[in-house]
Amino acid sequence: MCRQTVIELSVNNHPGVMSHICGLFARRAYNVEGIACMPVNGGQTSKIWLLVDADDRLDQMIKQVDKLEDVLIVERYDSGHPVFAKMAEFVQ
Amino acid sequence: MKMSGAEIIIKLLERQGVRTIAGIPGGANLPLYDALGQHGGIKHILTRHEQGAGFIAQGMARVSGKPAVFFATSGPGATNTLTAIADAKLDSIPVICITGQVPLSMIGTDAFQEVDTYGLSVPITKHNFLVRSAEDLLRVIPEAFRIAASGRPGPVVVDVPKDVQMAEIEFDQWPEPGVPDRTPELFAGEIEHAAAMINRAEKPILYLGGGVIQSDSASQAVAVAEKGAIPAAMTLMGLGSIPSGHPLNLGMLGMHAARYTNLALEECDLLIAVGVRFDDRATGKVSEFCPNAKVIHMDIDPSELDKIKTAHASVRGDVADVLKALLPHIERQNRTEWNSRIEALKGAHPMLVPGADDPTSPYGVILKAAELAGDQAIVCTDVGQHQMRTAQVYPFTRPRHWLTSGGLGTMGFGMPAALGAALAAPDKPVICFSGDGSIMMNIQDLATAMEYDIPVKIILTNNNALGLVRQQQDLFYGKRYVASNYGKCVDFMKIADGFGINTYDLGNCDDPEATLARALAAPGPALVHVPVSPDEPVYPMVAPGAANSQMIGGENHV
Ligand SMILES: Cc1ncc(C[n+]2csc(CCOP(=O)(O)OP(=O)(O)O)c2C)c(N)n1
Repeated sequence: MCRQTVIELSVNNHPGVMSHICGLFARRAYNVEGIACMPVNGGQTSKIWLLVDADDRLDQMIKQVDKLEDVLIVERYDSGHPVFAKMAEFVQ
Repeated sequence: MKMSGAEIIIKLLERQGVRTIAGIPGGANLPLYDALGQHGGIKHILTRHEQGAGFIAQGMARVSGKPAVFFATSGPGATNTLTAIADAKLDSIPVICITGQVPLSMIGTDAFQEVDTYGLSVPITKHNFLVRSAEDLLRVIPEAFRIAASGRPGPVVVDVPKDVQMAEIEFDQWPEPGVPDRTPELFAGEIEHAAAMINRAEKPILYLGGGVIQSDSASQAVAVAEKGAIPAAMTLMGLGSIPSGHPLNLGMLGMHAARYTNLALEECDLLIAVGVRFDDRATGKVSEFCPNAKVIHMDIDPSELDKIKTAHASVRGDVADVLKALLPHIERQNRTEWNSRIEALKGAHPMLVPGADDPTSPYGVILKAAELAGDQAIVCTDVGQHQMRTAQVYPFTRPRHWLTSGGLGTMGFGMPAALGAALAAPDKPVICFSGDGSIMMNIQDLATAMEYDIPVKIILTNNNALGLVRQQQDLFYGKRYVASNYGKCVDFMKIADGFGINTYDLGNCDDPEATLARALAAPGPALVHVPVSPDEPVYPMVAPGAANSQMIGGENHV
């Protein structure tokens, strides 16, 4: 089993942000195992959580994500995040 | 104030200081063109292909260091710009492409000339926008300029639906023009650590890249080299950082470097990488690049640090700031032993230039043109053997006078980029070295050169082949020349003549040197035709994927 990490992003909320982020991972053949996204503060920004395998390219991926103009804050949760634990209940 | 979206765009571009825009109109950006015509402060260059418009903008941006703008309509207009945008991304060039789009209500319906410009441009831009209201333009246009020019520069696409261009809005105040963000703060500890490593090194080499040119820090790089007596090699994009005649100049490194350059790098004990990204054309097989060296990597883009090669010390910052901060900490040293070792390598493994004295040979024409054009000349190339030869032997003396497609390696770059360079620097001579394969990729913009009387001198070395591809087939594919020789000859003299360009044929004249001199001195655009053999390789060469120490050709047998 691969170790998994959760990346939490604060992003500007507009159509296209998701394609910037997912495209970045897809282009490097880096699979995103899980995604959750919710608007915050009336919808100007959103939070996105990405569940990814923690392979040795992860540091580089995080730097690339951080470079995106629409990404405001990047945080990393190496021991998981409850959002995916809760979501898991819906897909059992 | 009451204005349409299109008028707002044009006014905002004027306020950004934009004076020249290249492009092609169509249904979806006609409001923008109408506003451009009504408001008059900006000169428009009507190209014959949108890719040409993109490269003209690149030429302007590479020479001036400021973001340049180009226009295209929706659908095919937008898709035609993509290669020029991707090229700007890989070479970190600040250009802004403003495209027309079908009206908002029709987006997603497969309307006439609709294409998902936003989606297509996501992976090849630094950032992109699909503008959803005329009000948004007041924020988006200055943002586009800020983003294109901040930090590591890059291309920005702004896609503007036709109804947004036509919508009229009331507003009170113009936004401030977009300017680059302040450069990031340096960490004193990183600078001191790097300086200590440099001072301790016995055999250091500076490895200077496009970041030195972009940050206008060539003079600081020279100062650091001189104070520490540190020889300096350059990437293809870094040429011009150190004048070619400078005793510490090692020339270009990598795939087509002089032997002594790659051999010196083999021996160095410290590699000081400044504004470079360890591109494989520069490093060869990465694991065998500078095998004995510790690495210091300085770059404004943190994602470049440790991307390809893990550095022993990294310094994040604008390299102009970094070099400025570093200089006082660098000990004045002579490094006599190391520099005499380099002199010995230069003597034993010099750059051999066949035909250097013959202005009708592939190298000779470059050297002769350089001599005639003088050290103010801006030099552009297309992609191929002619490009690598120019990089090897042209005596570059200053930054922002060397324009080539480094990262993407785009044939068709040279001639339109030269047009942009001449538009940005009308007081300087502009030469473009091209090949018969490359010039065909944007030959239609010879008409643009003629129409606006842009005085670029195109020196076309014609081997009736895709020379660099043929050379790889020669070396690595058992001399099977598949699809790299043209069966029949095109008459480039007649073609250029048909485009209204003056022509000069070095293959068919009594005094080639005098003919070249006349071509370079004549007003207006000119095409100089130089027939050459397809069997003249560019040496040395490192096979793709091999270590830089494994060079083919260019040995000194004397
Ligand atoms: C748009 C594009 N297509 C294909 C290539 C691959 N390619 C690299 S060099 C080259 C040959 C260039 O031939 P030419 O312009 O005649 O220059 P020469 O090498 O003969 O000097 C080709 C086809 C490329 N770099 N760009």
